[in-house]
Amino acid sequence: MNTPIRVVIAKPGLDGHDRGAKVVARALRDAGVEVIYTGLHQTPRQIVDTAIQEDADGIGLSVLSGAHMTLFAEVLRLLDEAGARDITVFGGGIIPEADVPQLREMGVAAVFTPGCPTPRIADWVIQNIEHLTGAR
Amino acid sequence: MSGPDMRESESGLPIEPVYGPDDLQDWDAGEKLGAPGAYPFTRGVYPSMYTGRPWTMRQYAGFGTAAESNARYRQLIAHGTTGLSVAFDLPTQMGHDSDAPIAHGEVGKVGVAIDSVEDMRVLFGGIPLDQVSTSMTINAPAALLLLLYQLVAEEQGVSADRLTGTIQNDVLKEYIARGTYIFPPKPSLRLTADIFRYCRAEIPRWNTISISGYHMAEAGASPAQEIAFTLADGIEYVRTAVAAGMDVDDFAPRLSFFFVARTTILEEVAKFRAARRIWARVMREEFGAENPKSLMLRFHTQTAGVQLTAQQPEVNLVRVAVQGLAAVLGGTQSLHTNSFDEAIALPTDKSARLALRTQQVLAHETDVTATVDPFAGSYAVEKLTDDVEAAVVGLMDRVEELGGAVAAIERGFQKGEIERNAYRIAQETDSGERVVVGVNRFQLDEEEPYEPLRVDPAIEARQAERLAKLRAQRDQPAVDAALTALKKAAEGDDNVLYPMKEALKARATVGEVCNALRDVWGTYVPVT
Repeated sequence: MNTPIRVVIAKPGLDGHDRGAKVVARALRDAGVEVIYTGLHQTPRQIVDTAIQEDADGIGLSVLSGAHMTLFAEVLRLLDEAGARDITVFGGGIIPEADVPQLREMGVAAVFTPGCPTPRIADWVIQNIEHLTGAR
Repeated sequence: MSGPDMRESESGLPIEPVYGPDDLQDWDAGEKLGAPGAYPFTRGVYPSMYTGRPWTMRQYAGFGTAAESNARYRQLIAHGTTGLSVAFDLPTQMGHDSDAPIAHGEVGKVGVAIDSVEDMRVLFGGIPLDQVSTSMTINAPAALLLLLYQLVAEEQGVSADRLTGTIQNDVLKEYIARGTYIFPPKPSLRLTADIFRYCRAEIPRWNTISISGYHMAEAGASPAQEIAFTLADGIEYVRTAVAAGMDVDDFAPRLSFFFVARTTILEEVAKFRAARRIWARVMREEFGAENPKSLMLRFHTQTAGVQLTAQQPEVNLVRVAVQGLAAVLGGTQSLHTNSFDEAIALPTDKSARLALRTQQVLAHETDVTATVDPFAGSYAVEKLTDDVEAAVVGLMDRVEELGGAVAAIERGFQKGEIERNAYRIAQETDSGERVVVGVNRFQLDEEEPYEPLRVDPAIEARQAERLAKLRAQRDQPAVDAALTALKKAAEGDDNVLYPMKEALKARATVGEVCNALRDVWGTYVPVT
């Protein structure tokens, strides 16, 4: 695999706080990952459409508004519907520890919460996101 | 997040190990400071500051339904809070009704859901609106929430000229940092001018705008960036109102500001003092303001949420106390101290109470209220004040060179600068160069479990039911006519607040009113 991993960093819902998303996007780019940032106020459908059109290997969702249970679930459901569950979904934000097991069970591959060093996220992405070039 | 080796301030300015008389050689106390309450207001906007009475303790709160938030407000009042501060949920802030598809999952989460005057009435039930001052964190739909407040006051028999409070109403910083914008800059600024004019005529004691740097700081701005971009926004609002034909002294006394307080006390105190000095000069020299109140930079402060950690969250109590002290030493008019669980979830009753208690300790158990601007004359703080001022003025000049705040926003200038600084902070934290207690040093092997406050997900359905009932019971032709009148005003030059008030009174919803304006004004699409 010669081409870099492609990841969509997305802000679903109405939350306008994108510091975390932007910092992670930059850190991933510095680590050699190709990053597409969606901008604010994306619906789950827009995010899934972007990921499919961009041939992304992963989607990183950032939610700080407390709507993560609804929005993460909706992204996963739409990926299922589109037959694109091979796209790895991970995420972060203000997410209580107690919610993490349920998110993992839903199919979120990893959840990164406040204080997590950016190199840890970049390492995780590089080691865990499967390169899907040509797979679909 | 300082340490013994600290050489550079958060704005990237040098901090010397020792300051002395040489650092203030050409420094003239008369010119740089003046007396407290006098030009250039470096030492504070009032002569007596906290020796007369302490700052307003204003705790930002709100979640779930109007009834739940109302209960929290009554509790805060019972515990001694002196001003209300309303947090709205994201659908309200974005001008969507609770039953709009885009609102799914967000209803009542970060604040209270307000769809119509019916919700507003519940929100302030049992709270006499002539006896509290209320701050509302609302921007793009600020006019709507202000009018809903006025309508509820009228129902209580309280006339509008007795209402005191603040609407945030600062949409420029939404484009820069906070993200809850609706309309493009031009109609947004026109709406702001309409609000200034409406309040001047109808609600004269209301603070019509809270020009905010807090959210820029949360997004990663340095202290110098925070002040520079905020004052540049302030200048844009003043220019807009003057261009709309208003006299500067007719609206400038009602402008207010909103900043952050970080744990870096010395630079923060310098920052607040420098900001007052710059604003007074700009208002006098650029805009020819004559009323001393037009020159005063009055501000609210919130302690820096972004400095709080999810790890060992109780340590945040200490950070908040230090941040709050910085705000008070800097001469804030009102203060919100964050709850220690801010980085985890919404505050619980207990954490919200502890946050307020922190302010009460500062006000009643320390001696910082005994004398005005205690840092005045300090070699270090006066030098830092001058240095921060120079850095701020330099950045304000760059915004001017780009054509002012809106032109700079349209080129993504402020946002880009802030994001670069945010990344620098993240890298310093990752490398350990910047110490964050409990995160990259002094960690625990295992964090103690913490049970955060949860918002009942059923409230979305309950709000939807309330909306269905409202739409079934109201006089629909009256609503339609009022919305048509609103659109007509939005297309022309008439003040939109008068027809907007009629529409809200006829029980048009927040979403319907905002959609009417979207039809005329369109929506903002940011540069990425």
